[in-house]
Amino acid sequence: MALAAGLAASVALYAIAPQLDDYAVNILVLAGINIILAVSLNLVNGHTGQFSLGHAGFMAAGAYTSSIITLSLAPTLASAPPWQAQTAFFGALLAGGLLAALCGFLVGVPSLRLRGDYLAIVTLGFGEIIRVVIQNTDALGGARGLEGIPPYTNLIWTFGIATVAIYIVASLVNSTYGRGFIAVRDDEIAAEAMGINTTKYKVAAFVIGAFFAGLAGGLYAHFISYIAPEGFNFLKSVDVVVMVILGGMGSTPGVAAAAVLLTLLNELLRDFEQYRMLVFALLLIVLMILRPQGLLGNFQRRKRKAPQP
Amino acid sequence: MKKHIFSLGHFRHLRWAAFAVVAYGFLFVGCKKKDSAGNPEEIVIGEFAALTGATASFGQSAHRGVRMAIDEANAGGGVLGKKLRLVTEDDQSKAGEAATVVRRMISREKPVAIIGEVASSRSLEAAPICQQNKIPMISPASTNPKVTETGDYIFRVCFIDPFQGAVLAKFMLQRGFTKAAILTDVKQDYAVGLADFFKDYFTKNGGTIVSEQSYSSGDKDFKAQLTSIRSTNPEAILVAGYYNEAGLIASQARELEIKVPLLGGDGWDSPSLVEVAGEAMEGNFFSNHFSAEDKSPAVQDFLAKYKAKYIETPDAMAALAYDATMLLLDAIKRAGTTESSALRDAIASTKGFAAVTGTITLDANRNATKSAVILQIQDGKFRFVETVAP
Amino acid sequence: MDWGNLTQQLINGLSLGAIYALIALGYTMVYGVLRFINFAHGDVFMIGAFTGLYVHRWLKPFFHGMPEFVSACVVLLLSMCVCAALGILIEKLAYKPLRQRSRLTALITAIGVSLLLSYGAQLLFGAAPKGFPQLIKNETHDLPGAVSITTEQIVVLVATLLLLVSLRFIVQKTRMGLAMRALSNNPTAASLMGVNTDAVISFTFGLGSALAAAAGIFFAMLYQAIDPFMGILPGIKAFVAAVLGGIGNIAGAALGGLLIGLMETLVVGYSKNIGIPPGFRDAVAFVILILILMFKPAGLLGKSEREKV
Repeated sequence: MALAAGLAASVALYAIAPQLDDYAVNILVLAGINIILAVSLNLVNGHTGQFSLGHAGFMAAGAYTSSIITLSLAPTLASAPPWQAQTAFFGALLAGGLLAALCGFLVGVPSLRLRGDYLAIVTLGFGEIIRVVIQNTDALGGARGLEGIPPYTNLIWTFGIATVAIYIVASLVNSTYGRGFIAVRDDEIAAEAMGINTTKYKVAAFVIGAFFAGLAGGLYAHFISYIAPEGFNFLKSVDVVVMVILGGMGSTPGVAAAAVLLTLLNELLRDFEQYRMLVFALLLIVLMILRPQGLLGNFQRRKRKAPQP
Repeated sequence: MKKHIFSLGHFRHLRWAAFAVVAYGFLFVGCKKKDSAGNPEEIVIGEFAALTGATASFGQSAHRGVRMAIDEANAGGGVLGKKLRLVTEDDQSKAGEAATVVRRMISREKPVAIIGEVASSRSLEAAPICQQNKIPMISPASTNPKVTETGDYIFRVCFIDPFQGAVLAKFMLQRGFTKAAILTDVKQDYAVGLADFFKDYFTKNGGTIVSEQSYSSGDKDFKAQLTSIRSTNPEAILVAGYYNEAGLIASQARELEIKVPLLGGDGWDSPSLVEVAGEAMEGNFFSNHFSAEDKSPAVQDFLAKYKAKYIETPDAMAALAYDATMLLLDAIKRAGTTESSALRDAIASTKGFAAVTGTITLDANRNATKSAVILQIQDGKFRFVETVAP
Repeated sequence: MDWGNLTQQLINGLSLGAIYALIALGYTMVYGVLRFINFAHGDVFMIGAFTGLYVHRWLKPFFHGMPEFVSACVVLLLSMCVCAALGILIEKLAYKPLRQRSRLTALITAIGVSLLLSYGAQLLFGAAPKGFPQLIKNETHDLPGAVSITTEQIVVLVATLLLLVSLRFIVQKTRMGLAMRALSNNPTAASLMGVNTDAVISFTFGLGSALAAAAGIFFAMLYQAIDPFMGILPGIKAFVAAVLGGIGNIAGAALGGLLIGLMETLVVGYSKNIGIPPGFRDAVAFVILILILMFKPAGLLGKSEREKV
């Protein structure tokens, strides 16, 4: 029901779009993309407690895959009826998401034995490796990036996918099956002891999270029409992490709202680009000290385990 | 099993509320924006440049050139009876930013034309956007051929790299260097293109490339690549890249006792080139669009005006940006309107336009056919060596 | 087999490695005492370089007539002190309030501090790279076999060695060092035995930061240009070095740093022979990290720690 409502809202938005200023539409699309990113990362970080700093890598995988497909199909699509182009776009997006999911699997498996900080650094490493590989592959445009990507992204696609993402993640986590994610987050060893296959859940979180990140990447690529490996570096991952933390790790509506808020903040501060990241950084620090749950999270404060004598 | 606070019931509420608030907010903001259609008494010219960041020297120089041209025109009564308003956006020398700021500038300010950028990579980012929106874009100094290949709304007032690469190769061969090494910045379209064109001409005319190494903009350590190059004993090294890395490379090359001359393209043109490298730069060469030592009246005139306004001596980027803007204004006058396709046609038909950096005639590919100059660093200054005509 | 080329690459690699080693020491000491990855450590390295630049500019008039060596030492020592103070300040303001919280919270805060430092530096100093002054006249010395080494490289290698020796002395032979070792071994017991935990932690941060500052100045000497983001990648690589050597193990950090510096340089230097483009230089450290964590998580010189429930 909520899903249908969300989808209807997306269509409605698209219908009013011509009334809106280009600039506002731009912001809305970016907000939608950020929502998808935040919600997908939240599944990994918030719900499953696996702190991942490599989300930008999955986004890049999706962005590049979908772009390569649309770019190579571009000549044939130029003279094709619009519905064909849209289908091709959908296919490209999906392919991007699937490849990203594969990357998520490849990242998730080695990370199984790692905890906390180590996991964070390793995921950061994977994200950077993906970026460096792209940077050194001429077929993918190398360091210079890909330009002239057909701009298929619009409000329907963005908010449609955002709605689907929210719906899937939320239903997943609230289901009986999904309790497993939260169990892994709360106490992995206890969960194992209770017979929960933590491996399955951890990998699943990575894969699903990566899938949506890949979709978001595809949307982004077909929106800005230009992508470069620089844009998917560690700092981009941090951007998404800030959204998740601000919104409250583990709270889907929270991170969605945070994503929108931060997109707005980004634009407002664009004239003060110098201060933008400073503001984000301070926000992070203050949040952690004063309110680690973020806006709407129920992130449980775990006391640090003191090393045993 | 604890009860999850965010069961589907609560969830729906919050999400609805969130969407509603957001949608309303944007509708409000969006509708307001649509009303302001812009001041009909002025002509808006857009500019995007790297005002900050790694290659800030390019953007700052270009901006000054554009600014000077606009101010001059406004002082003379504007164009078509209207005042000119310059809108400038900073792309921070970052890949990806150019596309974003140009997009924003077009949707917010609706300029009649856009001047930018110096770096070919950033021009390449923005060109498809300008082309799609049918806004003429004139690049002052991007030399990679792909820039104007993007579409018929994209122009440039400088020469292109197939020419520049050949110029450098010819110069090297003339000086008797037949064994060369190439060090390329693979992060920049400009550098990759230049290196390719150089290699092409050089090898076709009797030279051999003994070593090819690469680096990325932002790297600080080139000793590994230079050590490799050193072991192949080149007679000269082409450093295809921008000034900040070029400076470091020159320094480290001398530290590694590489004594052969280094050559570069117009990407070296910046006062910062000598700042970092100091003495290590002495004796190296680079090709450029103009030399401040040129005695022609056009150049001297420009030098005087620029120095009066900004005190410093202008570099090629400033001169080219000035030329690009003047050419644009001239085209507006010739077209008699700022309507996009008429303006585009007027720019495309530019013939024999007298500019600081030479006479500009745009060919069928919307590029300018101009001469290049070779400069050498002597005593920390760029000294004119020779002019090479196309 | 071009021995000359290899030796030269080894020399270059060792000087780079020395710098990584110095930074890695800070990571490993803090981790040993607090079980916490100080993400902001790389930025202290950057601040060290900038401090050196400005101290030199500021004190230049006083340096007339002084032998170069002395003025260089003054710049170095002053920068080390400033950064030591900075490190202690950061600890007191941002990390101390979080000592009882989960490691994740602390990691996120550390990321925030890191961003604050880099973007703050960008605001203060501008994003364009700045040239670092010649502290010592740099001459190239020819060695047999077409190999050369510069004065600066010699200075860096010798100075690093001296710093390592001093560190070892501090840790093994002084009371403070004993306290550090006690704390890293068993915090509860240590405090029961009367060790002033706060003081030791502050000292550790200060010491680590001073070493990072030295690394910053050496880096600036060797590579001449400094910019506000110069610390991000070296910081991460140095962390990998610490893990490689066995996190918490001081000798391991030094070894790890040297190894990473060497491997990075060799990969770039022999890129044509091994078929890996030089653009992969940054990924080398990450690949090493993943391999180590998969095969020998305790590091080369470390001992495994089992997580107890």
